[in-house]
Amino acid sequence: MNWQGWAEIALTLSLAVAIGWPLGVFMSRVWNGERTFLDPILRPVEAVFYAACGVDPKKSQSWHAYALALLAFNLAGFAITYAVLRLQGVLPLNPQGFPGLSEHLSFNTAISFVTNTNWQSYSGETTMSTLSQMIVLTVQNFVSAATGATVAAALARAFTANRGEGLGNFWADLIRTTLYVLVPLSVVVAIVLVALGVPQTLSAGVVAHTMEGADQKIPLYAVASQEAIKMLGINGGGVFNANSAHPFENPTPLTNLITAVSLNVLGWASFFAFGRSALVKKDIRALVISAFVLLFAGAATIYATETRVPPAQMAAGAETTVNMEGKEVRFGAPATAAWAAATTGASNGSVNGMHSSLMPLGGAMTMFLMHLGEILPGGIGSGIAVMVVMAILAVFVAGLMVGRTPEYLGKKIEAREVKLSILAVLAIPVSTLGFAAIAAVLPEALKALMHTGPHGLSEILYAYTSATANNGSAFAGLSANAPWWDATLGVSMALGRFPPIVAVLAIAGALAAKPKLAPSAGTLPTHGGLFVGLLIGVILILGGLQFFPALALGPIAEHFQALAFVAGH
Amino acid sequence: MLSHLRPAIVSMGLFTVLLGLGYPLAVTGVAQAAFPAQAAGSLVRDPGGKVVGSVLIGQTFAKAEYFHGRPSAAGNGYDPTASGGSNMGPLYDKLIAREKTDAAALRKENPGATIPADAVTTSGSGLDPDISPANARFQAPRVAKARNAPEAEVLALIDAAVAKPLLGFIGQPRVNVLALNRAIDARFPMNNGKGG
Repeated sequence: MNWQGWAEIALTLSLAVAIGWPLGVFMSRVWNGERTFLDPILRPVEAVFYAACGVDPKKSQSWHAYALALLAFNLAGFAITYAVLRLQGVLPLNPQGFPGLSEHLSFNTAISFVTNTNWQSYSGETTMSTLSQMIVLTVQNFVSAATGATVAAALARAFTANRGEGLGNFWADLIRTTLYVLVPLSVVVAIVLVALGVPQTLSAGVVAHTMEGADQKIPLYAVASQEAIKMLGINGGGVFNANSAHPFENPTPLTNLITAVSLNVLGWASFFAFGRSALVKKDIRALVISAFVLLFAGAATIYATETRVPPAQMAAGAETTVNMEGKEVRFGAPATAAWAAATTGASNGSVNGMHSSLMPLGGAMTMFLMHLGEILPGGIGSGIAVMVVMAILAVFVAGLMVGRTPEYLGKKIEAREVKLSILAVLAIPVSTLGFAAIAAVLPEALKALMHTGPHGLSEILYAYTSATANNGSAFAGLSANAPWWDATLGVSMALGRFPPIVAVLAIAGALAAKPKLAPSAGTLPTHGGLFVGLLIGVILILGGLQFFPALALGPIAEHFQALAFVAGH
Repeated sequence: MLSHLRPAIVSMGLFTVLLGLGYPLAVTGVAQAAFPAQAAGSLVRDPGGKVVGSVLIGQTFAKAEYFHGRPSAAGNGYDPTASGGSNMGPLYDKLIAREKTDAAALRKENPGATIPADAVTTSGSGLDPDISPANARFQAPRVAKARNAPEAEVLALIDAAVAKPLLGFIGQPRVNVLALNRAIDARFPMNNGKGG
């Protein structure tokens, strides 16, 4: 560890918050339908969408209608993605000549991209045609991200409503977030990435004649355009198998900084946008601070573990100051640690170094950050939505301690909201631990593992954690493109996405109908240090207690094996 | 649900045209006009115009007169159609065995020197174009001997090829193997075979 490393980590994580703030103000203006500098160009485009779809953007929807519209839109996305992947072989723009995907892989991939997870059971460079990368994967990268944003926009309106009903219009939120926020930012980031070396071409690739006289086939794609939205949309699905470790996706330390900031920036922006739209800027600061403290602690832990003595390098008699297995020379330990924390805290799932080769406690931390519920800062909108659920649970716990009906952001929190909140946060442990328990004893599932012992359990646990948390990164020793894994991981991704969204919208519906209260002397302040501490405690206990036994059998056991190995040499 | 189907299907169609075709094609157009070399993959060509590789993608070097890249888990080594890491856990027996074998070979080549971490580990992509400056210096005696060149001058070429971290702390110091090998071919050409 050195000061350069700490400075790089601090800069990467804090720059995302600093840029997320003004972007959040802009996003809030977009959700509220206020004027923006992009209006002259985008208003007409927006109007075309509304006219063709036959929707009135000003018509506010009840939570039922909002949720049904969201589900219908995602269903349509699933259908078109599944169809294109199956039919890839007979569709145009397939210079690679790849065949269609199998039923189970198409099912898994379609759910994966619709749910903003981007788990990839396949290698892009040997599976996906240019057409598939563009018209289904890139499109879902945009609209699945915008879907998350709509949830936060609706929830914000619930807090400003006073005995109201409507949560806004799903179609307007979806279309406006996509057009005003995601598209312009992606264009800018994509072009900057090309300037810094990321390829952008429709050619299928070249065959190089190397300096030592061999032939090297180098596949190419329209990488930069997909890379930009992969990061900004907090999707994480790479064009290439190696994801952001691949030098075409992430060629230099500067592209690494830009993309690492991009993968967190709209998550933070959603926090600030929610604060502005819900008129609770002061309270949102407490949520930002809580999330940032946890995220930074995660990155610091990973940096510390990756600079401990790596057993294999020690056994080989090589340098032992940094664990370089699975890392790129240009990034090293600090940039890999910052990324590993950012990507798992943010439900992104891209990687710039291989998580399976992290030191045991580093790998444990990446899982733990996902277990906390993808709220650090999580996906666009989905992160702040679950964070508000955590805050509701925190004021509920505080209310139990002092014997008062809890309030949050001017709304009474009662039995219905607490039940729905628990429902929203239960999806992760039920799906993760449930499926992992079955897989751990199922011979059919165990065939896919690369490791035995604790690291093998970590492969299983990581896969279901990542899928349920809609993250998409992997302990990639697991060969997941098999019917059992494709099917159950697909179901996990849907379970981790839609039940929490519907629960949050139901909470929003219930809160909107309540009167808006002015804070009284008995109200627990939700913007100070006390609340930050309480909230961090609730998040850690919810995540920690549920998953600690499983982590103890996996990475924590492996950590002690590593200590014993090093001591024995 | 039925009343939502029309906007669901129609908007998905519009998004597909706008985001699936319009967005990537527009970015491609701008990219190829403004940054043609980068957009095409930062390809390196020999004087005859034939593609030697991409400066961003590592390739296999095994001859003594060239600097070698890191071990690679991409296919049979530096295969861009199979990018990826080894994904081996820190205590995996095959990882320990592999690093021991590689280290033993390196120790013969330059006894007494510390073996750099990146010389015995595979990268995340399997296509890492770089090695650490320490790794390049570790290989300098072998390369100098194979080329009959003074070691001090080989070390000077390495120093000139080191890319430093941005602002002193963003990224790690590194040496691009393809660029360094082209530089050394130009400075100390081999009289036989490919390098000459």
